[in-house]
Amino acid sequence: MTADVRLEKITKTFKDFTALSEIMLDIEAGEFIVLLGPSGCGKSTLLSIIGGFLSPSSGRVFIGDKDMTGVPPSIRPTTTMFQDYALFPHMNLRDNVAFGLRMRKLGRRERGLKADEFLDLVGMKASAVRKPHELSGGQRQRVALARALAVDPDLLLLDEPLGALDMKLRRQMQDELKNIQREIGTTFIHVTHDQEEAMAIADRIVVMNDGVIEGCGEPVDIYMRPQSIFTAGFMGEVNFIPGKVMSKDALEFAIETALGSMKIPIDAFSAGTPTPGEKTMLCIRPEQLHPSSEHTVHAALCQARIIDGAFFGTHFRCHLQPVTAPELILVAHMPQSAQLRVGETIDVRVKSGDIIALPSNHSMPNHETM
Amino acid sequence: MSLRSILSGAFSWSYFVAIYVFIFLPVAVLVLFSFQDGTLPIPPFNGVTLKWYAEVFTDPKLMSALGNSLNVAFLSSLLACLLGFCAAYGLARFRLPATALQRILLTAPLTVSYLIIALGLLVLFNWAGVRLSLWTVGIGHVVINLPLCFAIIYASMGEHQKNTERAAQDLGANGIQVVLLVTAPMLMPSILAAFFLSLTFSWDEFIISFLLSRFDVTLPVEIWSLLRSGLNPKTNAIGSIVFLTSSVLLVALEIFVFRAGSGK
Repeated sequence: MTADVRLEKITKTFKDFTALSEIMLDIEAGEFIVLLGPSGCGKSTLLSIIGGFLSPSSGRVFIGDKDMTGVPPSIRPTTTMFQDYALFPHMNLRDNVAFGLRMRKLGRRERGLKADEFLDLVGMKASAVRKPHELSGGQRQRVALARALAVDPDLLLLDEPLGALDMKLRRQMQDELKNIQREIGTTFIHVTHDQEEAMAIADRIVVMNDGVIEGCGEPVDIYMRPQSIFTAGFMGEVNFIPGKVMSKDALEFAIETALGSMKIPIDAFSAGTPTPGEKTMLCIRPEQLHPSSEHTVHAALCQARIIDGAFFGTHFRCHLQPVTAPELILVAHMPQSAQLRVGETIDVRVKSGDIIALPSNHSMPNHETM
Repeated sequence: MSLRSILSGAFSWSYFVAIYVFIFLPVAVLVLFSFQDGTLPIPPFNGVTLKWYAEVFTDPKLMSALGNSLNVAFLSSLLACLLGFCAAYGLARFRLPATALQRILLTAPLTVSYLIIALGLLVLFNWAGVRLSLWTVGIGHVVINLPLCFAIIYASMGEHQKNTERAAQDLGANGIQVVLLVTAPMLMPSILAAFFLSLTFSWDEFIISFLLSRFDVTLPVEIWSLLRSGLNPKTNAIGSIVFLTSSVLLVALEIFVFRAGSGK
């Protein structure tokens, strides 16, 4: 089963600390939503409120149009997959998965069969009579997923479930989660601090910081057209170039920056059009900077000296120092084939449609995982 | 091998032997002279006989005291574990007033001598008009073992289990189901450890049993009254049985609790 979710002005305060302030969010039935943000941004608190483990200081939670704000977790149509799996150590896998059915008064045989079905769904049927401590992290993860799905929830809440797995296994589990979600159609709300994981699995990403939603949208939009400086920085590496809006004509703004004056099209302003005189922040992803040898159709951005470079397999990651603004260091991903020499000065180009301009009064993210 | 390492080896071996001789020689002597073929449990050792054990097992007073001891130990340990578990669960899982103070108050009796506890209970029972019996002994044993059970069980309740309990709640379990189906089974190793330790303490306990019992007595009290009529290989035999029972309990604790627990 599946249900939509509506969060109305959810606020949560702990003593004098505001963990969440007036969160508004609509989630459609069957959506795979990822709450993304740095630790302490309030994403896990929000998940606990949706699951009923915490009650909000104010605001209301609707699941499938029913007000669930004061309803305890055992009665909500939600189940949670915990970060530490939280399997019952004294029960075998079948009994673990069947636990929720047992609480729903299903007969022993019937719930055993249904548990096996869900163990099969996650590829763990062969281990039904083993105990959790005999399993690897990834296997425990699958059993926790089967256990949470066995009671047929309308809404599955996943609290950083892949955090403890190694990179390769994480990628594999992401694919499996996505496939299983498509297969059963239950609404998933998944919490993570890993933006790559978010992009890999989400239908829609909700970026959170300091208890507020910074941005919400499909992965492509969140990455390519972020609506805040925080979102831009959190979703991946980005070059921020501060500027000032000078004048405007029908289609473009003239922006004055340390790299000189630039013409920026109106739709580059993803968070709304500015007025002349305002400060702005231009955001350019490292992969959007190109050396002069190719893409000569792109507009010249600046001349810059290569300070250093390292080969990353898919690209060369270089630090560039613009000749006219040596204090502004740019990060660029140059093609594998590029013949780059440290110390060399190159023409740096950018497609003007790739540049995003954002109001510059927001805080920058402190992103440790990049 | 250098002289130095030979010496240090010899020293550590003799230390090893000395410490175990120090601990177990009295017990060994006790057990040895329980087989004494003679009327005095003192050297020289005259030969082996099982007659004193036969006397113990045919002595109705000793046998009823042994039964009493087992009953008191079993029931008081059960109650101490139950109460200790409830106290630990309450303090670990709910926000209660003055948690730290309550923890101290619950464990404080561990530091009070059994004699003082026994005197206090004696005064209290007299004042309340409760007649001394095996029940009052049992209550005394709950008083001394509850802090121990509480401390052992409380120490094993961590954050990790909290999430597991939450998962059970989330899957539809009510409060009682969470405790019975998840919390208690998860904590079973420490609950069993607390139970077996209580059992051995209650089994061996003398002062409280002595002061709080009247007509029916526990085994240590019965042994004490035997001792008043002088040393006798029969007292050695019953002492050996007490020692053997405690050892069996400890071995059971090791096998069923610690061994099973370390498998995880």
